[in-house]
Amino acid sequence: MRFSKRLTVLSILAGLSIGSASVLAAPPDPYQGDPYKSLAWVSMKNEYIGAKSKWQFDDRVAVKGPTYADDPLNVPITVSVNGLADVQEILVLVDRNPIRRVLSYEPLVAQPAVSFRFKLEQASAVRALARTKDGVWHVGGTWVESAGGGCTVSGASRKDGSWAQTLGQVSGKLFENAATDVPGQSPGQAPGGATSARLRLRVMHPMDTGLVSGVPAFYIKKLSVLDGAGAELLRMATYEPVSENPVFSFDFKGARKGPFTIVGMDNNGNRISSRIP
Amino acid sequence: MKRPLHTVSLGQILRAGGLGLAIGCTAVAQAQAQAPAPAQAQIASGPATVVHRAVNRAVKATLDYHLQARSLAPGVWVVEGANDDFSVDNGCNIINTGFIATGAGVVVVNTGPSRRYGEQLRALIARTVSEPIVQVLHLNLHPDYFFGDQAFADRPRSGTADTLAGIAREGKAYEDNLYRACGDWMKGTETLLPNVTVAPGPMKIGTREFELIEWKGHTASDLVLIDRTSGVMFAGGLVFADRIPTTPHADVAQWLASLDALAARKPALVVPSHGSVDRGVVGIEQTRRYLRWLDASFTEAAQGGLEMNDVLRQPVPAEFRAWAAFKTEYGRNVAHLYPRYEQRALSR
Repeated sequence: MRFSKRLTVLSILAGLSIGSASVLAAPPDPYQGDPYKSLAWVSMKNEYIGAKSKWQFDDRVAVKGPTYADDPLNVPITVSVNGLADVQEILVLVDRNPIRRVLSYEPLVAQPAVSFRFKLEQASAVRALARTKDGVWHVGGTWVESAGGGCTVSGASRKDGSWAQTLGQVSGKLFENAATDVPGQSPGQAPGGATSARLRLRVMHPMDTGLVSGVPAFYIKKLSVLDGAGAELLRMATYEPVSENPVFSFDFKGARKGPFTIVGMDNNGNRISSRIP
Repeated sequence: MKRPLHTVSLGQILRAGGLGLAIGCTAVAQAQAQAPAPAQAQIASGPATVVHRAVNRAVKATLDYHLQARSLAPGVWVVEGANDDFSVDNGCNIINTGFIATGAGVVVVNTGPSRRYGEQLRALIARTVSEPIVQVLHLNLHPDYFFGDQAFADRPRSGTADTLAGIAREGKAYEDNLYRACGDWMKGTETLLPNVTVAPGPMKIGTREFELIEWKGHTASDLVLIDRTSGVMFAGGLVFADRIPTTPHADVAQWLASLDALAARKPALVVPSHGSVDRGVVGIEQTRRYLRWLDASFTEAAQGGLEMNDVLRQPVPAEFRAWAAFKTEYGRNVAHLYPRYEQRALSR
């Protein structure tokens, strides 16, 4: 009885799939609906979120970048998620980079929005995958054009050797109402007190990719922002493509006050610990 | 973080110096498809009659720039480039070069973006003046100021000490950039280093009395050539006319101070680096206006906590949007300069 029921369900499903295939008679889409038609997309997604994860392209995940990478060592990206509740993680992947994973951001109490700069090897789609509480990944993206390789400019602190003097130093500031994605509000002009706050940080680190001959990968792996009482506000895992001396922006809803503690660690075990008043 | 545990030898660091990710062009301009520059007659400010427009005459099929010498004063000529961004269509000829007959030989001002340009410029000079070339002068280190030098290999080729050092440092990256941006026009072009260092000050050649002034701000060394006999000023990279200024080596405060000093001399005829000579004098004020706006808006943005992506999308006054190369150059301005404003705002 049980068996036959299951068989019935299976045969119906099989029938359905055969039926739809014969009606459409179209080959499967190798891009799986990717608006950028990147052949790297499917394998990259499978590698970083797993082939069985639920996912969908979703306009609510907005990725802003320049049309053209005028400085391929510092391509600015702003990710913001609007209208999706309970975003647990934002993963940033770049299809055509030799190292595709840029960072993974857990907003915790911050807004599901992060800005940073990264190193782009060639023209590529830049993806943000936002995972909601139900485990579904919502995928947004942008395309950044680039002239690609050819220029031999290494990071400034590598060139002059100054990285060792500034390693791990953090500067930063809290800005009221800087967020541009708050509806009906232009940056810096909200009347009647702060309705949002943006924390901007700069962490001194050479962020070596390991792709330069003779220079091993050397990059920040973890970074967290804590409030004055030591509670973690947001957390990030960062990878080789993040730019040298990275600048990050995080947005908070409502007014917020310092001090903040910034803690982190690089892949050599160097600790970052700094206070922003 | 007191004890960096990272173990990289000095040798490794030195070797890394020239490598990076083999990406990261902070130098001039990459190619991008874009619409032709708007006609300059559309610009509202400036003289009512626009006599001449710097247009693109380059013909890709024959790789002929069709350079034309335009007389500015007896014995003084300018060779105007298209007022645009580097592209295959214009052969990357967007620079104004020039030459001056002194009675004791011709002084050439800048040699253009490619070997081919240099050869065609030399032929044009030979067709126009019967004197030999006595000196080539480079007003700064940027690629369209010296890539024609191979055609003048047998002549003294000069620039300031900073410019010569800059060309030696950046030449290879410029070759990569311009080959990518300009394609076949660049065939056979390579950096030929200038071989004479000039010092600022008066310079007499033949019957001409020149003045060389070294300012800075567009680059670390911006040479300006004034022909005292005719009053024509070759303003080099300090002045852009009806075009968004380029900023890969810019220091805005220094640049503005230089423009103040330059304007105080009240030149009657100014050859801008880019844009028509008819707009050269207007270009001084335009360049100042743009740099002041850039400085004020970047300062405000950085102090308000804006991200680079916000700044790329901020409203830009209509006047500037109408200038040549706005679409590509403004983004480069942001990429080159905004990080400095940001750092100032983030420093405690």
